[in-house]
Amino acid sequence: MTINTLLPLFIWVPIVGFLVSLILPKNNERLISGAAFITMTIQMIAATIYVADWILTGANTFQVKEIILFQNEDYIFQIDFLFDKITAVYLLVGALLTFMVTMYSRTYLHREAGYKRFFNTTLFFYLGYSITTLSGNLETLFVGWEILGISSFLLISFYRERYLPVKNAVKVFSIYRIGDVGLILAMWASHHLWGQNITFYQLNNAELVHEQLQQHSFIGVFISAMILLSAAAKSAQLPFSSWLPRAMEGPTPSSAIFYGSLSVHIGAFLLLRTFPFWEYQSSVRILIVALGLLTTLIATGIARVQSSVKSQIAYASIAQIGIIFIEIALGYESLALFHFAGNAFLRTYQLLVSPSVVSYLIREQFYSFEPRAKTIEDSFPKRLQHSIYVLCLKEWNLDTMLYEYFWNPLKWAGNKLNFINGRRLMLFFIPAFALGFYAMKQTHLLPENLQEATPVLFASFGLILVFKSFTQRHSVRLAWILVIMNHCWIALAISFNEKFDQLENVLYLSGILVAGLIGHLTLQRLFRIEGKISLSRFQGLSETHPKIALVFLLACLGLTGFPITPAFIGEDLIFSHIHEDQFALAAIVSLSFILDGLAVIRIYARVFMGPNSKTHAEFSNRYF
Amino acid sequence: MQHKFDLHQVIHELKHFLPAQAPLMDFVHHNTLHAFQKLPFHEALETAHVKLGYQVYFPLETFRALHQNGRISDEIIDRTIAQKKGKEQEIWKGKLLHGQYKAVDHARVGAMRGLWKKQYNIDLDSLVHPTLFRLLGSYLDQGISIWNFPIDDLSFFEAIRKLETNSWVSIFKEKTSRALLLNENTRIQDILVLLVGKNDRHYEQYLYDQQFAHQGWSGMVSTVEDLPQTLLDTRQIKLEELILLELLLELDALDHKLGSEWKPLDQHLTEAIPGLHDPIIRSEQMEVLSLWQEAFEWTYYDQVLKGIQAERIEYIAPHQKSFQSLFCIDDRECSFRRYLENIDPSCSTFGTPGFFNVEFFYQPVGGKFYTKLCPAPVTPKYLIKEIGEDKKRPTDLHFSKHNHNFYSGWLFSQTLGFWSAVKLFINLFKPSMSPATASSLRHMDKFSGLQVDFDALHAEENELQLGFKIDEMANRVEAQLRSIGLVDNFAPIIYVVGHGASSVNNPHYAAYDCGACSGRAGSVNARVISQMANKPEVRRILAERGIHIPETSIFVGALHDTTRDEVVFYDDQISSPEYKSMHAKHEEVFRKALDLNAKERSRRFESINSKESPASIHEKIRTRSVSIFEPRPELNHATNALAIVGRRELSKGLFLDRRSFLNSFDYRVDPAGDYLFGILKAAAPVCGGINLEYYFSRVDGEKLGAGTKLPHNVMGLFGVANGIDGDLRPGLPAQMTEVHDPVRLLLIVEHFPEVVLKTIQRAPETYEWFINDWVKLVAVHPETKALFVFGGGEFTPYEPLVKNLEVIKDVESVIESHQENFPVYLLNQD
Repeated sequence: MTINTLLPLFIWVPIVGFLVSLILPKNNERLISGAAFITMTIQMIAATIYVADWILTGANTFQVKEIILFQNEDYIFQIDFLFDKITAVYLLVGALLTFMVTMYSRTYLHREAGYKRFFNTTLFFYLGYSITTLSGNLETLFVGWEILGISSFLLISFYRERYLPVKNAVKVFSIYRIGDVGLILAMWASHHLWGQNITFYQLNNAELVHEQLQQHSFIGVFISAMILLSAAAKSAQLPFSSWLPRAMEGPTPSSAIFYGSLSVHIGAFLLLRTFPFWEYQSSVRILIVALGLLTTLIATGIARVQSSVKSQIAYASIAQIGIIFIEIALGYESLALFHFAGNAFLRTYQLLVSPSVVSYLIREQFYSFEPRAKTIEDSFPKRLQHSIYVLCLKEWNLDTMLYEYFWNPLKWAGNKLNFINGRRLMLFFIPAFALGFYAMKQTHLLPENLQEATPVLFASFGLILVFKSFTQRHSVRLAWILVIMNHCWIALAISFNEKFDQLENVLYLSGILVAGLIGHLTLQRLFRIEGKISLSRFQGLSETHPKIALVFLLACLGLTGFPITPAFIGEDLIFSHIHEDQFALAAIVSLSFILDGLAVIRIYARVFMGPNSKTHAEFSNRYF
Repeated sequence: MQHKFDLHQVIHELKHFLPAQAPLMDFVHHNTLHAFQKLPFHEALETAHVKLGYQVYFPLETFRALHQNGRISDEIIDRTIAQKKGKEQEIWKGKLLHGQYKAVDHARVGAMRGLWKKQYNIDLDSLVHPTLFRLLGSYLDQGISIWNFPIDDLSFFEAIRKLETNSWVSIFKEKTSRALLLNENTRIQDILVLLVGKNDRHYEQYLYDQQFAHQGWSGMVSTVEDLPQTLLDTRQIKLEELILLELLLELDALDHKLGSEWKPLDQHLTEAIPGLHDPIIRSEQMEVLSLWQEAFEWTYYDQVLKGIQAERIEYIAPHQKSFQSLFCIDDRECSFRRYLENIDPSCSTFGTPGFFNVEFFYQPVGGKFYTKLCPAPVTPKYLIKEIGEDKKRPTDLHFSKHNHNFYSGWLFSQTLGFWSAVKLFINLFKPSMSPATASSLRHMDKFSGLQVDFDALHAEENELQLGFKIDEMANRVEAQLRSIGLVDNFAPIIYVVGHGASSVNNPHYAAYDCGACSGRAGSVNARVISQMANKPEVRRILAERGIHIPETSIFVGALHDTTRDEVVFYDDQISSPEYKSMHAKHEEVFRKALDLNAKERSRRFESINSKESPASIHEKIRTRSVSIFEPRPELNHATNALAIVGRRELSKGLFLDRRSFLNSFDYRVDPAGDYLFGILKAAAPVCGGINLEYYFSRVDGEKLGAGTKLPHNVMGLFGVANGIDGDLRPGLPAQMTEVHDPVRLLLIVEHFPEVVLKTIQRAPETYEWFINDWVKLVAVHPETKALFVFGGGEFTPYEPLVKNLEVIKDVESVIESHQENFPVYLLNQD
């Protein structure tokens, strides 16, 4: 047995730690933090020994094929791991930082109401981090990626009884969701490009990659662009930068480790990992350098005008990650890794000691105050100086831009559908679905050209439903059912598209329907206890019904294709049945998936999070 | 009723209601609901609750649980109801124990502005606040940003206008607001016409709604407006300017979101919204809560009063005195003094406000500013300078601004970054003092001198007199000694012990220091008064006035660090070997007492096992004070509930569990109550302020307290907020208040009730605290120990309900028993 086969250990340790932490009694702080502490100690020591041994034995890149989760003639979903220099650095830095922050939080969170929740979520996050960084193919990486997304949501909204944390958690989640879909589309296109699910190890084969890309240069650029989109979203590069400072809503140690260091460097990891793929696409490399450079300049400007310490550190960190992007694009892999480690340590520490800034800087000011020290900007012409200042202060409108140009049009479109109420919807869409289902069975009856348009048409029906769900203001149950129906329409649309194995359909819909049913029953139960609940405001019910909240959260995860049900593989499978020239269909289905996730998380947030409606008036001060 | 909107008047009143907390470095405790102090306590609380939506009592379930656990006595409940409700005894008791009341209360404030959301489904707060907070934060910033607000010579609104005039980028989205901003004649009323409508009767309410949607920022602006010097780098800002800008931003948001499809608010006022200042109808729920509150308080007070009557302590003959020691009245010194007296029964201790009656500004060597060292309301005319060499202050590159620029940051993250990991590791496993620590010792160098004497050649600096003249010194020393009753029998050494605190990673560090020194350590004051009292010229004057301090007595300044439980003596004036050896003996007494004090404090700390030896616990306490991951370096004033003004013997035989402020006072020295007046004038607002700030931060951690400090983000070095877009959070963080029982301060004065009554009535602002019940007052007859409770303007006799108090011999075993509050015990009753 070689040491290589021990690699999955670094997944199993956090899994076991996470599961153990779930069942520990809520009030026993010693036990809870102890479990996390032991998990991280084992992980850190094991990782150190493992990496040391790996270096001594030649530091060769290797992959471990773990399990095949699904397979048919042209599609394989398997869990693979890869170990190389990049993984080694990310593994060590992640283990060390999480270990130290766990240690820090043991005392720091003492007596906090969510003590257990904090350590649960931290371990869950770390599990996602480990899967992502050890992954050997895009599918495995995506599993970790999804865990990172949801655990970030839970960490940002740690103070779930307050308004701003929940609002910002949803905001960050929505940006992550864009990154997710970028990744799904990259997987889709890559599946068509290679005709199989390729591993990162195979990407290292430069000749193979080069040859393949020369024949399919457009799809190659498309894949790279999607990867860059995901990486930019996750690493808070332009135009997504504004989420990072807004993620600093949880306890300082969680902000420090996740948004100061680990989470935010995952985008850089994705680029490092896929570097062999786009190495020969100069246009992509130029694009990455340009993006990194622009982000660096703009983020530095914004950091310079921040008057709050955490947002200053956040933007300074974004600027460094911009440079890391440039380093990666220029091919300086080792430098980028070194830079990542240094930046992660520095920002974690700075955030952890950020409360000290008051006593330190006030003392400094007391002894060495100079009224209005000159800065470089003072040499600019006044009008330019003021313009840049205002822009930086407004964060170059990055925060509002996403709203104005992305979410608001979606909401506007959804609102246009207000004429469809629940009953009309059922009256039209259920018979229509039945008709569609019948038509699928009798495809030969349909004229040829109609056959081609049907998938797009049906997927569009699905999209309309999820629009409606996303903008639903009142009925919780309607919003929930609409999401389930969206999935059904998509399955139907894909079934039209291609011969779709019944098993695949079952795989996909079983997860969705079971999660949907559980969610529905949970809501029914909640309604029986609490009366009718509306989506018009935050209800904060997790405080009074923690168990229902947990079950519903699991149902939400199931419904969004989170890797706890087979629907997760199904989602990927669905894409494998979209042809490489069906960009419209791919766009509609991916938009559906973005909105599904958002609609579901919105329902969860509105019903279970935010200020409790029983103890808080609607227009009381929400900004504390 | 004819209504006329008077902007000036409205803003004046509004400012009164806003939180009045100064920036972090000047944190001084005060009554959070000071605006309501003109009303009797319970009425004020209900008013604040109805108008502004504050929680003002514990929730009903909490009171009932306390009753279940025996923390609220049944007898006291019955007596309270009987006193307040008379014959409907049973009905009210039923309501207290089983009444059902709804949980949500709609506060009046916010209802009108809430119409925007109701009518147009538009969330003005989330559209306006981020921009507004950023502009305010950047303008007021004291040193976080690298690129400062580009205009520094204009007031806030003028600066924004100039910024807007001279920029290609507007802070607004639409043209209307921009034009209004650029027009110099724009007044608040002009925009209110657009937003609220032509009829001005709703303006006032709208402005309250608007400002109380972010009371933290508004309060900060209002405070800086009134006290510009509270920011070292001063700013000119007015609440009025904030309102004007906010109205413009609101208008902009409405125009942008709704285009022309909106009308002023008064068009939508279809149903009547209760006016903010309409009369308040008392609700039964609040009445029930107020009865619970009284019963909760009196369950404790009753024990204390019983204890005061029951305890017997022998007065120690004067010639045996080993040393005397003056401390701050601070409740944290309560147990320390008990240990000193226990270890060395022939010493005696005194309590007095920790600025020791010397008020001045202080400037350390190399300091660019003056620091005020006296209670916040006083403005001193004197300046004390430190003499000595300028020292190098340790620096920490992690706070350097250079690592936020991309070019230098690139270098920093690849070098310093790795050092951070090491540093964090060390900090986790072996915490130690660092440049980031706020340490009480840094306030003044132990080995430097102070310029206390007035020098005619160098008389003034910035309109402040440098040092004190001899008669000014004599007056201060005399008043100090008389007010605590130390007028004869001076011991060879008299220590004057100021106090301060040490903590790291704690933006509220100033709240841990001495409140009587405006949130600074009291070391300078302790040294200054000692130097004054040691002057032969001063003693000569004192002797003429009847206070004979023998030549054999010396005053020595010292500093007690309440977090680390360490004492530093400024003992360089002790030169003779005889005194040196005496002092060495006393130092040993202090050392033992500090260990024991650390042990007593440790019982509240989860991470320390209180059964260990005092010395090893003390070591852990010291480590705690420098641990960056420790949000509770000490518990500060938590659990404070009492203030005792009288001779030490009055409470020497009681175990008060560190819950009492102790102010020494001897009624025999002050038969007319002149010094007593001085004491009460300070004790009511200082101790009462601390007590009420803890009270309100505890009962409403959301709106009146700062909530948990874990997610706090430092804004501009003057305040904290949650996250980056949150409102400033004045008040105390939950970590400081979670163990606090919200009970009002019981002030016990040892003097004849008729003298006390006359004394408190001398100044209306002092009397307000008592007549409106914000502080409960009891007079103890110094000869008979009969008790008299003040209420409704008179003293009435009081008989405790508790029959017996437990007598303890061994404090150590008691404090090892559990973490919660203890009842009052009798001590040393042999």
